[in-house]
Amino acid sequence: MTTTATAGPLLTATGVTMRFGGLTAVRTVDLTVGPHEIVGLIGPNGAGKTTFFNCLTGLYTPTEGTVTYQGTTLPPKPHLVTQAGIARTFQNIRLFPNMTVLENVLVGRHTRTKEGLFSALLRGPAFRRAERASEERAMELLAFTDLTPKRDHLARNLPYGEQRKLEIARALASDPGLLLLDEPTAGMNPQETRTTETLVRAIRDRGTAVLVIEHDMRFIFNLCDRVAVLVQGEKLVEGTPETVQADERVIAAYLGTPFEGAPGQEEIAEVEAAETAAENHHDAEGDHR
Amino acid sequence: MTGTHHPTPPHGPLPLPTTGARILLLTGATLTIASTFLAWTWTTRFPGNLTVTGYPGGLQTITLAGAALTLLHALAGHGIRGLRWLTPAGPTAPTLLTALGTFAATWYTLAAIALDLGGLANLEPGGYIAAAASLLTLAAALALPPDRPYDDHNGTRPPTPWRLLRHSFTAGHTPPAKPLPTWAETLIIAAAFALGLFLFSYGIDTEYGELFVGYLILTGLTLAALGRSGLTTRLSNLTAKHRNTTLTAAFVAAACFPLTQTNDAYTNLATSILIFATVALGLNVVVGLAGLLDLGYVAFLGVGAYAAALVSGSPESAIGVHFPFWAAILTGIAASLVFGVLIGAPTLRLRGDYLAIVTLGFGEIFRITMLNLNGKTGPDITNGAMGIPNIPELNILGFDFGKTHDILGTPIGRFGNYYLLMLLATIVVVLVFRRATESRIGRAWIAIREDETAATAMGINAFRLKLLAFALGAALAGLAGTIQAHVITTATPDQYQFAGTVPPNSAFLLAAVILGGMGTITGPIVGAALLYLIPSKMDFMQDYQLLLFGLALILLMRFRPEGLVADRRKQLEFHEDTAPTGNVPLTKAEA
Ligand SMILES: Nc1ncnc2c1ncn2[C@@H]1O[C@H](COP(=O)(O)OP(=O)(O)OP(=O)(O)O)[C@@H](O)[C@H]1O
Ligand SMILES: [Mg+2]
Repeated sequence: MTTTATAGPLLTATGVTMRFGGLTAVRTVDLTVGPHEIVGLIGPNGAGKTTFFNCLTGLYTPTEGTVTYQGTTLPPKPHLVTQAGIARTFQNIRLFPNMTVLENVLVGRHTRTKEGLFSALLRGPAFRRAERASEERAMELLAFTDLTPKRDHLARNLPYGEQRKLEIARALASDPGLLLLDEPTAGMNPQETRTTETLVRAIRDRGTAVLVIEHDMRFIFNLCDRVAVLVQGEKLVEGTPETVQADERVIAAYLGTPFEGAPGQEEIAEVEAAETAAENHHDAEGDHR
Repeated sequence: MTGTHHPTPPHGPLPLPTTGARILLLTGATLTIASTFLAWTWTTRFPGNLTVTGYPGGLQTITLAGAALTLLHALAGHGIRGLRWLTPAGPTAPTLLTALGTFAATWYTLAAIALDLGGLANLEPGGYIAAAASLLTLAAALALPPDRPYDDHNGTRPPTPWRLLRHSFTAGHTPPAKPLPTWAETLIIAAAFALGLFLFSYGIDTEYGELFVGYLILTGLTLAALGRSGLTTRLSNLTAKHRNTTLTAAFVAAACFPLTQTNDAYTNLATSILIFATVALGLNVVVGLAGLLDLGYVAFLGVGAYAAALVSGSPESAIGVHFPFWAAILTGIAASLVFGVLIGAPTLRLRGDYLAIVTLGFGEIFRITMLNLNGKTGPDITNGAMGIPNIPELNILGFDFGKTHDILGTPIGRFGNYYLLMLLATIVVVLVFRRATESRIGRAWIAIREDETAATAMGINAFRLKLLAFALGAALAGLAGTIQAHVITTATPDQYQFAGTVPPNSAFLLAAVILGGMGTITGPIVGAALLYLIPSKMDFMQDYQLLLFGLALILLMRFRPEGLVADRRKQLEFHEDTAPTGNVPLTKAEA
């Protein structure tokens, strides 16, 4: 645990609730992320993880509850949230497909630069300096994510894994204090997943806290300082990877609850066997590529 | 996967031995050239005098030019030393396209003679020779080996004649050019623009519709041939390398246009095209960059024109003031800007469809309001349908735009003066477009167009940036409007409609942008020139104009959705299969 009590949490979500008509996708969820922390958010499909992210980043206005960042309450406007210092990626990659890799990252610099239309039209020395600085910063991020050789390619032509990395580079371009990653390894082979693990650690080491949604348990338990489990919109458990891993309710939630009461040893063994089998299958698939 | 591997035929869709095809091709092209020196018809009732034996006239010059181009490409295909630079990507597709252009122009001419004069009996033997020779050339070109070997996709696509035909038109690979000294590259760019100026003035100066159609057929297919031969790629690499030289050359060429003209009516036509093109470029900021569908854009041109007319000192103006020109321009720009913000602010927060409807409504409301502010149905400001006439000629620093002046010994008339003034406005708009595109603001616009949600998640205030694009677009139209009012000396409501047969109207403006190529600079200019010239030159098909226009638009969107001038992004977007490969880096070459 690296949570520093002195600085106070970076992000605090209090009682966040999101209703869509009759459906409550997120129900009174509290969550904090401290500086230099990597926090995992897991839960079965449809648990409300992405919806919770959207509430944090202002894409949705939560029905109830507040989100504060460094002590100030965030308005539910995505561009203001990014301005404040929270950047994100999307579960279904949302790059600017017909812009180049470099341009995508440059768009990420938008909030940290301020040249307006007139300075663009006049092209004074200040404008040129700012453009050069943006480009340098963008190139640095491309180097950080191993995308330098792809700078002039259209984003749409990148392979899947590189698109995910580009989305991270673009998010980092806004110099965020907190980065939200929505399933950053979905669709990746085991090797790419491991690279992403290293990348997320490196991001934390640069001073950016990370909140990550992921279905890959090995990834989550390797990486996170703290893990929260969301089930049917409610936070079920929160704690260190070890606590969460051992919690029987979590396993039950992932399997559904076909049994009355807690699952016995047999069932847990069964689950683990199934997981290993699935992973072996995955590895085999990865080798084919 | 299935089937057998089909051997690639060494010829095009017509199975002839290559040597035979080449000999036939040279013969055909030479014969076609010769035929243009013969009489094609017996009477001068067909325009352009095609009755003379000894030298070509009228439409025969089009056939002559086409056949000469075919011959040049064919000789380049033979590997003649001094000509190989013509076809870096392979000679077959360009030869085929020029042969097709010659064939189409020739047969069109002969058909027009027969139709105009009533029957094939009006053709002289020279005409029959031209028909046969151009057909022979085309057939021979169809037998040439394709520039790229036919790929049968492991036997799943056996080479049927139809597939071979389509394949014959595909370009080969353009190898990178040897770098030349800067002065030579500058010279090439200058030559290209000089050629462009020649082609443009030729098109404007065509005196009768038939000649214009022939010109359009041949230039269209020749430009396609240049695209296939790899010369366009090489030229655009050069212009990307020397961007300021290119811009200068383009405007020097454009400024030379009035010097080539003896007839002020054609300069007037060119001025109207320039106004139309400039407004289309302004619309391109809104539609092409920010992705906002504005269906009432012409109203901003109208706002600028009316504002300028009101302060122009016209005796009919309700406000009896006479601003100097710079103040009138600022008034026009400011008025359009205000209207742009007023229309944009409430609607740009909504989804795109609402904007389309509101702008459509605004366009019509503007026109109807101008009609009604006539003193009877409303306060007397605009004189209603009569408009504000008698706008006095501009006089900037003692230079009277209404008078003829001598420049370099050539008299430049009234329209020439206004043409040059409008050209300055066009330069301003081009620079604004280019500089805005390549900046933080332009990137944000494109990001919004690509994915608005992702753009806002990157910290872009989508509403503010869309409003900025909308207001900038309106201001640019206002700028063009102030000059337009002075050129035509009146501001009337009926010039600013949603749709009509005469440009500029909102529908034609949008068509110019989409047809020309969204997000590019050359695209809307080319689109505007075509959309203006075609109706004004082909008045003989007045009744079918809009029908043909719609048909052409549908065909274009089916076969070339990125527009005539492709932004490289768009090219990759729509033709991933035929684009060189997905892995070719995109250079900043577009526009
Ligand atoms: N805009 C919306 N309107 C209505 N219902 C929604 C909306 N967005 C999400 N939901 C619902 O909210 C619930 C939670 O969805 P959410 O996408 O947040 O799940 P998730 O935990 O991210 O799942 P996954 O692991 O599959 O990504 C789902 O039942 C979904 O159908
Ligand atoms: Mg999700």
